[in-house]
Amino acid sequence: MAIDTSAWSRRRLLKTSAALGAGLATPHFFVRNAWSQDQAFCNNPTGGNVVLGFNVPQSGPYADEGADELRAFQLAVQHLNGEGDGGLVKTLQPSSLKGNGILGKKVAFVTGDTQTKSDAARASAKRMIEADKAIMISGGSSSGVAVAVQSLCQDMGVMFMAGLTHSNDTTGKDKRRYGFRHFFNAYMSGQALGPVLAEEYGKDRKAYHLTADYTWGWTQEESIKNATEALGWETVEAVRTPLGAGDFSQYLTPVLNSGADVLILNHYGGDMVNSLRQAVTQFDMKSKQVGGKQFEIVVPLFSELMAQGAGEAVKGILGTANWDWKLDNEPSKILAKSFGEAYGSPPSQAAQTCYVQTLLYANAAEKAGTFYPPELIKALEDFEFDGMGNGPTLYRGSDHQCFKDVLVVRGKENPTNQFDLMEIVKIVPRDQVTYDASIFGGDLGPYEVKGCAA
Amino acid sequence: MSESVMTRDKNMSKGMGRSPAESHAPKGEGLRGFMSSSRSDYLLLAIFALAILTMPIWLAPIGAGYPDILQKFAIFGIFALGFNILFGFSGYLSFGHAAFLGTGSYAAVWMFKLLSMNALIALIFAIAVAGVFALLIGYVSLRRSGIYFSILTLAFAQMSYNLAYSVLTPITNGETGLQVSGSDPRILDHMFGSPSGRGTPDFFGMELQGWPGFYFCAILLILAFFLTMRIRNSTFGLMLFAIKSNQNRMNYTGFATRPYLLAAFVISGMYAGLAGGLLAVTDPLAGADRMQWTASGEVVLMTILGGVGTLLGPVIGAAVMKYLEQIFSSFNEGFLHRAFDFLPSGLQDFMVTIVSPFVGEGWHLTLGLMFMLVVIFLPGGIMEGLRRVSGRFKGDRGAADTAAHAGH
Repeated sequence: MAIDTSAWSRRRLLKTSAALGAGLATPHFFVRNAWSQDQAFCNNPTGGNVVLGFNVPQSGPYADEGADELRAFQLAVQHLNGEGDGGLVKTLQPSSLKGNGILGKKVAFVTGDTQTKSDAARASAKRMIEADKAIMISGGSSSGVAVAVQSLCQDMGVMFMAGLTHSNDTTGKDKRRYGFRHFFNAYMSGQALGPVLAEEYGKDRKAYHLTADYTWGWTQEESIKNATEALGWETVEAVRTPLGAGDFSQYLTPVLNSGADVLILNHYGGDMVNSLRQAVTQFDMKSKQVGGKQFEIVVPLFSELMAQGAGEAVKGILGTANWDWKLDNEPSKILAKSFGEAYGSPPSQAAQTCYVQTLLYANAAEKAGTFYPPELIKALEDFEFDGMGNGPTLYRGSDHQCFKDVLVVRGKENPTNQFDLMEIVKIVPRDQVTYDASIFGGDLGPYEVKGCAA
Repeated sequence: MSESVMTRDKNMSKGMGRSPAESHAPKGEGLRGFMSSSRSDYLLLAIFALAILTMPIWLAPIGAGYPDILQKFAIFGIFALGFNILFGFSGYLSFGHAAFLGTGSYAAVWMFKLLSMNALIALIFAIAVAGVFALLIGYVSLRRSGIYFSILTLAFAQMSYNLAYSVLTPITNGETGLQVSGSDPRILDHMFGSPSGRGTPDFFGMELQGWPGFYFCAILLILAFFLTMRIRNSTFGLMLFAIKSNQNRMNYTGFATRPYLLAAFVISGMYAGLAGGLLAVTDPLAGADRMQWTASGEVVLMTILGGVGTLLGPVIGAAVMKYLEQIFSSFNEGFLHRAFDFLPSGLQDFMVTIVSPFVGEGWHLTLGLMFMLVVIFLPGGIMEGLRRVSGRFKGDRGAADTAAHAGH
């Protein structure tokens, strides 16, 4: 069969290129339309409602945290609108909140699933901004996602109030002017946990790290390594495990023969539940002796939700936490009561940070008297407040990181009920975990961005 | 190959919009018919272009009239179009096409970082890199056919995913994903003194975010559609259809089929590279997730959902799938209560309880059910459904009959 290859005559070529040219010119017509909708800033609320976007993982290894965050967001919206018992709206000091929405507008919200994937999270955030006209995005539960969404929010000119994200990068090398984090970070965990580890386990220990292979795991591993090596510990090996691995036995098998006598699990959420359970039940590590020393397991970032998932395995395990519902202060009790009455369980630390972030955003808007992000950002920068359950807290202007006390916690040996799985070992004061913002580098970027209004 | 398989394969090719009579037509005239697109093809192209460019208007009522989702419709439309050139035309089912999508994204972001924020450079590079990558994978995988070919491509894609996820972290930045930053070299931009401070990809000054981004993708989709049409109507396309209907017979008559298959594989890999590059253009970030086997499976679903081997089907399938993923996943209980507001409260609660497992995080369930229904009742995908409906309207038994035979 002969193959005719001279299908493109000169005439056809001319015709096609003319059509192509016309096609390429088309967007310019539409673009002019798109630019004509002049707004001072992205998603300036015009009606009686203001829309907040809550972007949380509803599937994947952090789904439990995501579900609890969503509950907290809903509670915060109710409290801001003056429904329910008002929660921490009444205890925030200094407060500009009025309990009638934000700047007189009723608070509405939209939700989305990040799937713990950067791509999906950005698509979901874009939908909230472009389709639902959300003026603020909150949520997280994975630092990879938080970093990705934060930079998107900077580009689009929408505020990002990070939920649970613990990586140093979120307010370090990847910090953004439009992003704020209330949660503590891996560096603070290291600083708080180090001295306690030395006290409990001695200064002559060999550590084996299993690390979730993404931004949070990396910075967590680095921070804990630095803190423990400063005490005189030795790091035998640091192994990276994929996020959401499910089965960690292949990574746990070499641990006991490596000469290490401490296992540090830089895992969180479902990953930590799985790896800790396997280490304790399948490999029976807690009852082993290495070189005459009791083998120990440390989980630097700990939470009540994970303790529930891991069950018996958490007993005696040391870690750090941002907040715990059992803290002995008035705001914590109020929040625990309000949340408990609404959902039948006390709030997790993820829930608390999301609740507080929503209130702080609303407060900043009231304080600034506008939704215009640059003004709102200035209201949040270097804002010193109290009454949210963490004691006196500073939102540092140079990196948008909150500084407050950090808790060192331990899995309880004899829990009285299913929500009482952790005991607070030590409250490390804010001064001891404060660091110089310049150590992580990064650049916040401009206040004024063209954003989605452009 | 048994006789029954051969007959079925013949029936399959019948549904691909090409009548058997046409392929038996006298050489001269018949071949010319294949080489140049007919008037009805140009009409289809015009209607397609119009439909795509007006999507912001006619998709707004169902909540899909915003730039990001329309960009995704167009981009995944291109991806599925390209996939269909391989799977739909030649019958070779690749389970690893996401590898090329991811490669395209990484290539594009690296161009943003190193050379310029100009989308054109990034896209050309993305297509080229994906093409070379497809050549390598295709050269090895195409030594086998059928299920072995599928497994080989799946293995390669999963390998690429794991490489991108952990081994090649310096190039891909692992799970966090590759992003542009203000400190990137961007040699060309600096040379011409226009460093784009905001880090937004542009097309000679036009920033490709929001609506401009959509129209940029839409025009590339239309071009891709046109090219696919040309390929289908070419001798090369005919070869692919022949391979699909009976590769052995092709071999026996003295045709070396592998070069054609490899070309189809590379072309569809380049389409995927273009789609991946566009993903990076509309959102300058590349993550390893794009290479995961689920992403490869997605494009297979899109193509089958829309209609294998048809021109329009894959584009429709891609849009349906992205719509489910983006919009259905965002429906929460509050939304459902508002949606069923017109019912009395008892019935309203009942409906919300019934429907809620299928929306929000349960959108996968809806997708699965839909896929099952399509495969069982409409083996030719949504396109077959459309043909049946139009056949019903015309009262033309013949049309409905042909449709019923399309694909198995």
